[in-house]
Amino acid sequence: MLIFEHTTQGRQNTAQAPVVNAEVNDIPVELRRKTAAPLPELSELQVVRHYTRLSQKNFSIDTHFYPLGSCTMKYNPRACNSLAMLPGFLSRHPLAPEKFSQGFMACIYELQNMLCEVTGMAGFSLTPMAGAQGEFAGVAMIRAYHDAKQDFERKEILVPDAAHGTNPATATMCGYTVKEIPTLDNGDVDLDALKQAVGPQTAGLMLTNPSTLGVFERRIEEIAKTVHQAGGLLYYDGANLNAILGKIRPGDMGFDVIHSNLHKTFSTPHGGGGPGSGAIGVSNRLKPFLPLPMVAKEGESYRWLTEKDCPQTIGRLSAFMGNAGVLLRAYVYMRLLGKEGMQRVGEFATLNANYMMAQLKNKGFDVAIPDRRASHEFIVTLKKQAKELHVTAMDFAKRLLDLGYHAPTTYFPLLIPECLLIEPTETEAKESLDGFIEAMLQIQSEAENDAEFVKGAPYTMPVKRLDEVRAAKQLDLSWVNQS
Amino acid sequence: MPFIPHTEDEIRDMLSVIGADSIEQLFDEIPAHLRIKKLEGIPDGLNEMEVSRLMTARAAQDGMPVCFMGAGAYDHHIPAAVWQITTRGEYYTAYTPYQAEASQGTLQLIYEFQSMMTALTAMDVSNASLYDGASALSEAVLMAVRGNRKSKSRRILVPTNVNPVYRSATKSIVQHQAIELIDVEFDTKTGQTTLDALKAYEGEDITAVVISQPTFFGTLEQVDAITDWAHANGIMVIAVVNPTSLSLLKPPGEWGDKGVDIACGDGQPLGAPMSSGGPYYGFMCCKKEHVRQMPGRIVGRTLDQDGKEGFVLTLQAREQHIRRSKATSNICTNQGLVVTASTIYMSLLGPQGLEKVAAACHLNTNRLIEKVSAVKGVDVLFNGIVFHEVVLKLNKPVAEVLAALAEKNILGGFDLSSDYPQLKNAMLVCATEMRTDEEIDRYARALSEIL
Repeated sequence: MLIFEHTTQGRQNTAQAPVVNAEVNDIPVELRRKTAAPLPELSELQVVRHYTRLSQKNFSIDTHFYPLGSCTMKYNPRACNSLAMLPGFLSRHPLAPEKFSQGFMACIYELQNMLCEVTGMAGFSLTPMAGAQGEFAGVAMIRAYHDAKQDFERKEILVPDAAHGTNPATATMCGYTVKEIPTLDNGDVDLDALKQAVGPQTAGLMLTNPSTLGVFERRIEEIAKTVHQAGGLLYYDGANLNAILGKIRPGDMGFDVIHSNLHKTFSTPHGGGGPGSGAIGVSNRLKPFLPLPMVAKEGESYRWLTEKDCPQTIGRLSAFMGNAGVLLRAYVYMRLLGKEGMQRVGEFATLNANYMMAQLKNKGFDVAIPDRRASHEFIVTLKKQAKELHVTAMDFAKRLLDLGYHAPTTYFPLLIPECLLIEPTETEAKESLDGFIEAMLQIQSEAENDAEFVKGAPYTMPVKRLDEVRAAKQLDLSWVNQS
Repeated sequence: MPFIPHTEDEIRDMLSVIGADSIEQLFDEIPAHLRIKKLEGIPDGLNEMEVSRLMTARAAQDGMPVCFMGAGAYDHHIPAAVWQITTRGEYYTAYTPYQAEASQGTLQLIYEFQSMMTALTAMDVSNASLYDGASALSEAVLMAVRGNRKSKSRRILVPTNVNPVYRSATKSIVQHQAIELIDVEFDTKTGQTTLDALKAYEGEDITAVVISQPTFFGTLEQVDAITDWAHANGIMVIAVVNPTSLSLLKPPGEWGDKGVDIACGDGQPLGAPMSSGGPYYGFMCCKKEHVRQMPGRIVGRTLDQDGKEGFVLTLQAREQHIRRSKATSNICTNQGLVVTASTIYMSLLGPQGLEKVAAACHLNTNRLIEKVSAVKGVDVLFNGIVFHEVVLKLNKPVAEVLAALAEKNILGGFDLSSDYPQLKNAMLVCATEMRTDEEIDRYARALSEIL
């Protein structure tokens, strides 16, 4: 039932509302609301019960293994949440003067520096509010860099065909056209095609490394050289930074700009789809263009950098300081891990992925790129099952839900048919990985014996498979406007 | 090892299944000379007790001044239940509801949120949220450019009484798409956008006009007249509204004869703490006919195989993971967790509670105006009604006055001198329902001591 359907007209929660002893009578009637908004009317208990019960209809990291490839669903330490929600942080007004902000600014300043260190970049701005906004900032800086050199002929961004959909969408938002570069069967970028593609029209290349195919791009230095020699810049999509944290740094690979999804690598919560953070780092040549605000340290005190300090900045992307509370959570996480802990992240994320890949391969599943090392994720392709048993990757995914596992990412990357992109993360224990492998074997056996049964999954969720076509055709997006 | 559960035995077993001698060997495809041995610049790890000590000290260091500052972030009471439920692991640690059957909690909650936003704004549809108010305005501008098929100019009228940082962020975000944002000056007596100022553009091809209600100065616009004028001239209307005000003020869906085309704003006042500027969320509502141009996630109600009601992400054909370079926006996520908080906030307060919050803010600000008007050296700059913010003109430089107020542990307001130098010594002050009569009196007394 919807919360609106629990409503009883006239019911009020007076404990939560302020006491109002006077009438509002000075606002002209033509500017006033005529009838009360049709919002729910319930007691506090009814509201608490409704949303507690709704929460129980979700899978989450706290309740289930969640090996969603490319999303890094690792454990979100509770301390990160409680310390970011200390009253002093929550009540700080974003425009409070520096006098009332030194504690917060110290965290932001140190976070900027730690991110520079782990990525090998020269400067960081934390304002982008999600990976996609970080990408936007990064490509906008590439454009600002070329514009500052009066080089207006560079109108094209190169993107491998395995890239996230945000990469081409971002390039378009920045006024660029997009050219796709093919990928070889072994997962590496087709270097010959890249060499053909670069030229005086190339503004830059956007690359995820390790790629969305779950392998490390081995010829990264040659790729960087190729793009740089053509006068373009190299953009690092930090979606997969968790794979290499503490082992190799994008700055050392030759990247000029990187966004880091703090909600992936630095364990801030995914929150049902946000808020994220797409902090953005750059090499020296792009530093003047970083978006504002940023924090600088002078002597023992911190101050905000403004347009006066950074006249070439690409500007502001949010009303204030991006998702400040998310940044505090990432800061606490990095302090808890420290230098040793951060190196272990890449190591154990990689160990878990390679272990799962080896086990699934041993048990007869096809992996997309079998003779390479997995990064922190890998791909199982169910092409054979789809062809022979008519059981698809989607069917496996839905049946996994019944067996208590959130499904891996399905049908991405687009290059691999019937794929499951599996990313266990470093925080999962071996028994979770083994349980998932057992579940895959069980589904395989069910598919061989009774394919229809698997195709009907899930059976134990609050709903069965939903009619998405109906949802898009008979749009029902608001309870209010139909009753 | 913090957060890593592996024992030595397990590591050995796992490596043997892989057929590797060491974890290091798993990185052998990475050129050896690129690999790093240590992260020199990162401090050693701390345990939870040590980090708690550090963060507690830093949070306390920032003090908790009495807040008379608004300017886009507002100090409201948040019921205890809001964040206690929001931070339940099932909401806090779930991701985007791609597997709908295992995400009905989040999906139904977003559907309820969309419903509540359409109730507040009197618009047809709402999305699942954008990043913040500034990004919502920039996306609304992009949406209007796609949506107004009759206009070819990509020119948008933006009154300068719209939040200045929303305007500058919008410029940063849309500037690469040949969109022109045209400043329309406000009337210096009233702080309002006048029809005369807009009529200067009559006969030209204009794609959309932005109307802020209340304005950044807290003043109220003649929303009906502007909306009707725009529609009569083939111009789409984008409303930027404060959601708290909507329980008292006419909702944008009812402005003029037809209502606005797109309504957006920042959802922070509905249950998100000020928290140094985020996470907040941007909301966006529109008329039905524009829904396919709307960016961001949208949840729809549908049926499952057994005919049972359920919820899914819908209209995904607009989005980047399908459309790639032709998507309506590069946005993937919404601000799900803050939307969760907001939905619970609206449910707890209900229509009457929200109206009380709006009324208390308005009445407190009126009281503040009355008190400070009596102070020598203070003038109320614009005549006319305000919602819950007011511009005060001082006889001294604002920075000086704010610094003196800070000494008395008062966050005195927002200095308008860098965004509006023409206003000279003006500051923007806000009194929400959180401010007591005693605090308002203290504020006026402090001002009279300083001026």
